[in-house]
Amino acid sequence: MYDFNYRKASSVEDAVGAVAGAEDGRFLAGGMTIIPTIKQRLAKPSDLVDLAGVDGLTGISVSGGAVDIGGMCRHAEVNASGEVAAAIPALARLAGGIGDPQVRNRGTIGGSIANNDPAADYPAAVVGLGATVRTNRREIAGDDFFTGMFETALEPGELVTGVSFPVPSKAAYMKFPNPASRYAIVGVFVAATSGGPRVAVTGAGPCVFRVAAMEQALAGNFAPESVADIKIGDDDLNSDIHASAEYRAHLVTVMAKRAVAQANG
Amino acid sequence: MPEGGIGASVKRKEDFRFLTGRGSYTDDEVRAGQLYAHMLRSPHGHAELGSVDTSKAEAAPGVVCVLTGPDADADGIGGLPCGWGITSKDGTPMVEPKWPVIGQGKVRYVGEIVAAVIAESAEQAADAAELVEIDYRPLDAAAVTETAHTGGAQIHDEAPDNICFDWDFPGPEAAEAVDAAFAAAAHTARLELVNQRIIPHSMEPRAALAEYDKGEEKLTLHCTAQAAHAMRLLLGAFVLNQPEHKFRVVAPDVGGGFGSKVAPYAEYAIICWASRKLERPVRWLGDRAECFVTDAHGRDHVTEVELALDADGKFTGLRVNTVANMGAYLSAFAPLIPTFLYATLFAGQYTTPAICCNVKAVFTNTSPVDALRGAGRPEATYLLERVIDEAAQATGIDPVEIRKRNFIAADAFPYQTPVALLYDSGAYERALDIALEKADWNGFAARRSASEAEGRLRGIGIAAPIEATGAAPSAIAGQLGARAGLYESAQVRFNATGTVTVFAGTHNHGQGHETTFAQLVTDKLGVPLENVEVVEGDTDRAVMGMGTYGSRSLSVGGSAIDRAMDKIIDKGKKIAAHLLEASVDDIEFDSGTFTVSGTDRTISIGEVAFAAYVPHNYPLEELEPGLDEQAFFDPVNFNFPFASYVCEVEVDPETGSVSVERFTAVDDVGNIVNPMIVEGQVHGGLAHGIGQALMEGAVFDENGQPLTGSLMDYTLPRADTVPSFDLGHTVTPCPMNPLGAKGVGEIGAIGAPPAVVNAVVDALRSHGVNHIDMPVTSESVWQAIQSATAS
Repeated sequence: MYDFNYRKASSVEDAVGAVAGAEDGRFLAGGMTIIPTIKQRLAKPSDLVDLAGVDGLTGISVSGGAVDIGGMCRHAEVNASGEVAAAIPALARLAGGIGDPQVRNRGTIGGSIANNDPAADYPAAVVGLGATVRTNRREIAGDDFFTGMFETALEPGELVTGVSFPVPSKAAYMKFPNPASRYAIVGVFVAATSGGPRVAVTGAGPCVFRVAAMEQALAGNFAPESVADIKIGDDDLNSDIHASAEYRAHLVTVMAKRAVAQANG
Repeated sequence: MPEGGIGASVKRKEDFRFLTGRGSYTDDEVRAGQLYAHMLRSPHGHAELGSVDTSKAEAAPGVVCVLTGPDADADGIGGLPCGWGITSKDGTPMVEPKWPVIGQGKVRYVGEIVAAVIAESAEQAADAAELVEIDYRPLDAAAVTETAHTGGAQIHDEAPDNICFDWDFPGPEAAEAVDAAFAAAAHTARLELVNQRIIPHSMEPRAALAEYDKGEEKLTLHCTAQAAHAMRLLLGAFVLNQPEHKFRVVAPDVGGGFGSKVAPYAEYAIICWASRKLERPVRWLGDRAECFVTDAHGRDHVTEVELALDADGKFTGLRVNTVANMGAYLSAFAPLIPTFLYATLFAGQYTTPAICCNVKAVFTNTSPVDALRGAGRPEATYLLERVIDEAAQATGIDPVEIRKRNFIAADAFPYQTPVALLYDSGAYERALDIALEKADWNGFAARRSASEAEGRLRGIGIAAPIEATGAAPSAIAGQLGARAGLYESAQVRFNATGTVTVFAGTHNHGQGHETTFAQLVTDKLGVPLENVEVVEGDTDRAVMGMGTYGSRSLSVGGSAIDRAMDKIIDKGKKIAAHLLEASVDDIEFDSGTFTVSGTDRTISIGEVAFAAYVPHNYPLEELEPGLDEQAFFDPVNFNFPFASYVCEVEVDPETGSVSVERFTAVDDVGNIVNPMIVEGQVHGGLAHGIGQALMEGAVFDENGQPLTGSLMDYTLPRADTVPSFDLGHTVTPCPMNPLGAKGVGEIGAIGAPPAVVNAVVDALRSHGVNHIDMPVTSESVWQAIQSATAS
C-alpha cells in the first residue's frame, strides 16, 4: 500500500473541497474497491476523503411512490429495511445478494453506482426501476447515469448523495453469480413500472443495458413466455474465463425469464 | 485407564490456542533489528533477462541491500534441489535444469524472482523494488501442457522439445501384454481427459524468518514447513552450504499445507543467505497474490486412457498415455508425482492383469508443480474410475456390477498388482455395499423422477478409490529414485513427575497430531491426556524426521511413537522389577501399572518414572537413570486405504449449473485413533475433491500469464457449494504397522472427483454427453449439452 492522506469530511461541501484541493483526491465511501486497489499498489491517490461522517447521506425513506436511499447507505441496511422490503422487495433482495456480509456492512449504494463495475448488482436496479440519481449538483436519470465500463455521468467533484427508486407494481432481480467472486456473470432486473416494463442487464456487457425487445414483449404480456424465446446478440458482450459471450447471451434470456416469473410471484 | 485413548473422539488439544488467537505462527515471531525482504518477480512467462540495475533501489530510503542472480553465484548459493530422479525409457536420466534462487539469463514463469530487496520495513522494501530497472526481452512461451513438446519455444537449453523425461512403466513386457489384451478384447473403452492444474490454498500464506548468529555461526530459520528436517537437509546441503549441526529449522504453528509447504522455496534460501550476509534477522511474508503464482501447483495432466475387457466385462488390459506438466523448473518432488505415485495405482481396487503407461513430463512457462493433496493418486483414480464408467456403457453392464466383477476379492490378499505395489489388505465389495445402502442407491430412480418433474436432471456416480500412503519403505523408495530416506522418528520422554513429552519428526498443520499422538500415549502408557505434550517441527528438539505429507504421520510417525513406548515399557519393567524385588520376567504392564505376575504387588508408571530420575533406590550398576526413549520406524510396505463413494448431483439444463445434492463416503483407513478427527480429514478431502471436480482450475494464457491470480477468479469450494456428507467406515487394519493404521488425509480428494464427474455424466447421458473435463463449470455443461444436441 502506498501512503495517502486520510481526511474525514464533515459535510458535502467539505468533502468536495477536500478532493478539489488535493493533488489526486478520491472520495471514500465504503472503500470496497478503492482500498483493495490501493493495497495492491494499483492506485496511488494522494488523499482519501471519507464520507462516513457527512450528514445527510444516510437514511432510507419511502414517500410519494418512491424509495429514497442515501448515498452512504450500506447494502446491509437496504437489505434489512422493512420499508424497502414492503415497497420494492426485489431491491431489498438484491442488496442482500451483494458480496458477503463484510462487504454488505461496508459497501454503499453511492459507492457502488459511482464505481459502476460492469458486474455490480445495483446498476441493474437503478436502470431497471428507472431511478433518479441525486448528486450535490443535480439530478441524473438512471438511464443516463451509467455511460460505460467504470464510467458514469458524474463530473469531477460531483458526489452521489442519494438514489430515488419509483415503486413499481412488481419487480424481480435474478442473478447468475460468478462462482468465485459472486459478482454477476449475468444479472437481470425486470420491473413493471408506471412507464412500462423495464429489463436491465448487468454483468453481461461492459455496462448495464436495457433489452428493448424484451420490454416490448412484456408490455404485451408480462409473463415468462414473452421473453423465453428472445435471444440477444453476443457481439458486444463480455467474454472471459468464466463465461463466453455466447453463454452470457443465453443466460440473459434464462435470467430474464426467471425474473419475470419471480416478479409475478 | 484414563479416558481419551484410541477410539475416543476427544476434542483437539490444540484448538484452545487456535480458537482464542493464541497460536504462534511464523509471522508472529519478531526479532530486534529485523529486516524485511521483498521479492521482485518476473511479470513475463518467458523472457531474456538483460541488465538488472539496482542502483536506484539501493539508494532508496531504508534499503540495506538488493540481491540479484549474480550475487547468488558470487556468494556460492546453489540452485533449489530436486529430491527424486526418474530415468527415461531410453535409459537416460531426467533433464534436471538448475533452478536458481534468483533468475539469471532468462525468466521462465510469471512470479520467478529477479531481485530481492532487503530493507528496514516491508513498505520500504516494496517501494524500492519499483525502482529496480530490468531489461526484459519477451520470448515466445510454451505454456500449454499438451503442445509443449511438439515444437515451439524451448525453455531450457538442455531440454529439447521441453521434455524432462519420457517414462515407460512397468516396461516393454507389460506393454506387449497390454497389446495382446486389446487384440483379444471383446469390448474396449477409451477416454481423453484432462486432470487440470489446481492451486493450493492455505489459510496461512508462506512465511519465513531467518536469523544468523555470527557468534555461534548458527543459522535459524522459522518457516511454514511441513517437514522441518527435510527443509534443513535440502536447504543446508544443496543451497546454502550450511552444515546441519549449525542450522536449525523451526516450523511453528502452520495454517495448512496440502503438500505445498514441503519443498524448499527460493524465498527461504534468499532470506537465510541475506541474514548470514548482513548478520541481521531477515523476514519475508508472502501475500495472497504471490502464493497464487509461487506455491507449488498440483496435477496438470493430459491423458488418453484405454481399457480392454473380455465378454464378461472383466478388465483385461489398461493403457495410459499422459503428458504431465512440470512447470518451469523441477520442484522437490515433482518428478515422483506423475510416475511412482501415479502409475503404481492404476490397478485400483481391480484385478486388471496387464497395465502399461507412458508419461512424458514437460517443462512449460508456468509455475512449478509439486505435491498437492493426493499427488498422483487423484490423477490415477480419476482416469480409472472414469474409464470404468465408460466401459459400463460400452458393455451395457451396470457401473456397480462391473466394479464388483473386477474387485480383488477379500481373500486374495496380500495381492501383487502388475504395477509394482503389493496390497496388504482390503475388503472392497463390503465397502461398496455399505455405501450403496447408505446412499439409497435403489431409491435413485424415484429421486431422478422428482428432479425431472421440476425441470432438472439428476445423476448418480460412484468411485472406488484406493491409495498408497505411509511413505515409505526407504529401500524401495531408494530403488525408485528417492534421494532421501523416508522413515520417521520419535522420542518419548517421561518427565520426573510422570508427565510425558513426545518429540516427533512429523508436523501438525491442521491434522490434529497433538491430540492423536497424545491419545496413543494415553492408550498405551496410561498417562492422562492432559499430561502428554507433543512437540513437532523443530530440528533442535525432535531427533530426526521426514515430516508430514502423503498421509504418513500416524502410520509411520505414530508407529515410531509406539516403538519408543515399547522401549519405555521394557525399561520400566526393569526398574519396576528392582523396586518390587521381583524378576523382570515376572513383570507385566497394563494401563499404566506394572504388576508382579500373579500377585497384587504393583507400581505405577509415574512412580517408576520418578525413580528413574531420582535414582535413590535404583539398579544403577545395570541400568542408566532416566526414562526417555527414541525409536525410528521404517515401514516394510506402503499401506492402502480404500473407499467407496456415491455422489448424486442435480443439473439445471438451462444454465448448466451443477449442485451436489448427496455425497456418501465409506472409507477404510484401518484402525482409527480419533474418529472425529478422521471425519474432519474426510470432510476436508471431499470438499477439496468436489472443488477440483466442479470449480477449481488454474488458467494461463499462451504467454504464461496466469488468469486465475486471485480468489475473485479462482473458485474454491465453500460451505454453500458442498453438501452435508454422509460418512461411514469399515475397518481393515493394516498388517504392516503396529497400530494397524492407514492414511486418511488425502483419500477424499482422490475419490471425490471421479464420483462427481461420473454423476454429472450420468445426468447428461440422456442428452448424449459421455464426458466433460474438470472443472465441470456451468458453461462447460451447457456447451456439452449444446454440442451433443447439435450433433
